[in-house]
Amino acid sequence: QKIAGRKGGANTTGESLTPYDSVSTYNNFYEFGLDKEDPAERSADFRPDPWRVTVDGLCNKPGSYTLEDILKPHTLEDRIYRFRCVEAWSMVVPWLGFPLGDLLSRFDPKAEAKYVEFTTLEDSAQFPNQKSRALDWPYVEGLRLDEALHPLTIMAVGVYGRSLPPQNGAPLRLIVPWKYGFKSIKSIVRVRFTATQPRTTWAMMAPNEYGFYANVNPAVDHPRWSQARERRLPASLFNPNWRPTLPFNGYAREVAGLYSGMDLRRFF
Amino acid sequence: MRAGSWQKFVSLLVWTGLSLPLLIMIGQAITGHLGPDPAKALVDSSGLWTIRLLWLTLAMTPLRIITGMNGWVRYRRRLGLGALFYACIHLSCYAVFFLEGEWVALVREIVKRPYIVVGFMAWLLLLPLGLTSTRQWQRKLGHNWLRLHKAVYLIAFLALIHFIWLKKLGIWAVWPYALLLLVMMALRTPVIKRAIQSARINK
Repeated sequence: QKIAGRKGGANTTGESLTPYDSVSTYNNFYEFGLDKEDPAERSADFRPDPWRVTVDGLCNKPGSYTLEDILKPHTLEDRIYRFRCVEAWSMVVPWLGFPLGDLLSRFDPKAEAKYVEFTTLEDSAQFPNQKSRALDWPYVEGLRLDEALHPLTIMAVGVYGRSLPPQNGAPLRLIVPWKYGFKSIKSIVRVRFTATQPRTTWAMMAPNEYGFYANVNPAVDHPRWSQARERRLPASLFNPNWRPTLPFNGYAREVAGLYSGMDLRRFF
Repeated sequence: MRAGSWQKFVSLLVWTGLSLPLLIMIGQAITGHLGPDPAKALVDSSGLWTIRLLWLTLAMTPLRIITGMNGWVRYRRRLGLGALFYACIHLSCYAVFFLEGEWVALVREIVKRPYIVVGFMAWLLLLPLGLTSTRQWQRKLGHNWLRLHKAVYLIAFLALIHFIWLKKLGIWAVWPYALLLLVMMALRTPVIKRAIQSARINK
């Protein structure tokens, strides 16, 4: 449904939006299935309401929060971001959400907390492909706390001005626009503050292929494919719409400082 | 049904089966039902059909061993040519729609993406098998024809590597195909073959 009472967001990408139809039918969400169309087609049993999020680890206000508790104090804003998948396709998407930092600070992280870990719902009655062993369920992702608190990082609850459909990670998902899409974890049920780097799903599955940082970087290739360019979707048959991939997905000015002094070939 | 008309019926079925995926692809392309990434959709589905038909081709001999019926082998050439046909569509869709015929890009991609080299090698090896699939060539090459066509095992292996390599989940995404190939190869080994044949005779 349409969501009222929100701040408007400017299109800072200077690029045209990927239509809603593409954003909501071309998805990687392996909990529903491995093919791009599976998430839209196999999500009929998904129930984003009621929803609870467990907050624990190194913070002073742990607990079990309802979705309403989570959302209440925040004003939703439109954020138009480039979205770059590690598979070398990309979109421009108008998300609706609020800064993740505003949410995390409400839980009052302790001084020892250096990372924050997120977990996707595990329930094969709602996620049909969780019956398979495709991934080590539940899906886990994480950020360094300074990345999580960066103003570009948002908790998204909607897209195109309406609430997220299941295939896009309803009811609550991360958007970290300078990282490959798999970092932007969907359907979050748990937030945990930790002192050590979380064991994240893809980085555990294939550590030589997917790093913890996963910053969009045209200079560091995936071992099996180049990351130098990307196909902006929707493409058409006679125009695959290739374009060069930008360092940090075009957000280098805002976020490169987070990694000063780090060897980005090693911490890919 | 008489043996002759039964054969005609099966033959028609095989032809229909072979052309159906192509007709569906063309239909989807014309009506705009290939999704936001149509080039990839065509490349993926023609590649998948190449693998399926190649596997079906390789299934004819094991099916003969299991059932004891020779009829299976009659369709082997047609299925193999079907696999080559879809492999050609796969490659041309990749070159024309995906790379827009940008040959510099193709060379760069090949160097950076070893799975493309493996897939290309499989196609290159399949080509002479298709060209020599006629009875005339079979006669002309004699014993060497069999030797040449044993290359199909290497081709299947390369195709499988290509398939595993391009998937984000690697072997986890394609294990049914890997398992099937393994079983079909195992059924061909003389020990297993003889065991099955004698079990059938002693029944």
